[in-house]
Amino acid sequence: MNAQRYVSRSTAIAARVLGDQTMVMSAANSTLFTLDEVATVIWEAADGATPLEEIVTKKVCAQYDITPEVALKDAEILVEQLAEHGLLLLSDQPIVPPSNSPQVNS
Amino acid sequence: MPGVMAAVERSSVVVEIGGLPIRLRCNDSAFIRLLTERYAGYIGSNDEADFDFEIELARPGAASSDEDLSVTWDSGRWLMERGDFRAEWNPSTARGRIEQTINPYSLDSVLRIVHTLLLARKGGFLIHASSAIRNGRAFLFSGISGAGKTTMARMAPPDAALLTDEISYVIPQDEGYFAVGTPFFGELARVGENLRAPIECVYLLAKGPVNKIEPIDAADAVRGLLGNILFFARDPEFVKRVFDAAFDFVSRVPVRRLTFVPDARVWELMI
Repeated sequence: MNAQRYVSRSTAIAARVLGDQTMVMSAANSTLFTLDEVATVIWEAADGATPLEEIVTKKVCAQYDITPEVALKDAEILVEQLAEHGLLLLSDQPIVPPSNSPQVNS
Repeated sequence: MPGVMAAVERSSVVVEIGGLPIRLRCNDSAFIRLLTERYAGYIGSNDEADFDFEIELARPGAASSDEDLSVTWDSGRWLMERGDFRAEWNPSTARGRIEQTINPYSLDSVLRIVHTLLLARKGGFLIHASSAIRNGRAFLFSGISGAGKTTMARMAPPDAALLTDEISYVIPQDEGYFAVGTPFFGELARVGENLRAPIECVYLLAKGPVNKIEPIDAADAVRGLLGNILFFARDPEFVKRVFDAAFDFVSRVPVRRLTFVPDARVWELMI
């Protein structure tokens, strides 16, 4: 059995939902990413406290006609890609959000 | 007791872009004269400046503007560095320091960065776009290098006032957004007129067989803008501000796709 994985949105990003998609910009290099409808569901549920498997079963499979096995596999690929770009944090433990919000510099 | 005082004469000039006067001081009066010529049309009163920068000229060397630019926030200061300049700016004291080569275009880069940081506080931004005012309204033509920004500027009719052929200055004002002239130019090598006007439309440029304007959805508009907005600083708060500004802009100003031949008749579509 696989260990639980937890996902949390990075604080080093800017994001907005527009229609059924989400635009996410990396603060590290200003690269813009567009998440589709299903990815948006996972993105919005990535609170660091809910295991990815639970997000998939309770959010994705509840809204879309897809089996939990396929959805989880796709979700794992997605979160790993987003983590590679620094947009998401991944952990096998719940992720505590940072106590300080990003500093206002100017 | 009489004595001899050695005084270093420090010349200065105030460059005012977008209503933000920045005083530039340097002990090389010839360089200040060079800047006065470079920024003609944007020289403000020496009595009034919101920000002060001391410029130290480096000896000519192997400095290159091709090196990667770094803009970071550290201990209350913005640090800006490239091969041909090193600058720091403390927003709380409104003072900064620039070490650069004698090339005034190094200063151009520093000013662009400082203005992006200042504009972000106000909800504005700099964007790769040419812009011109016609009949009291500003039109922006945005795209990457080679998209046709300078071509659109070059083909502008005589009654259009050119604001820039390279970097447009966008600032929120009166529930909308205004385009402001800048001295930042591209291939046209012509300083823009120091004017401002409400933005009528932003056109994302594409070349094609006919001149035509097409609507685009909000997501494509935001993507198009964000792809051309200048992001110098790798700082989450700065990126969020500019990101939010792009969304707000799209909610207030039309963004369309302009395909053009190129042919001066394309300007007939800007009515």
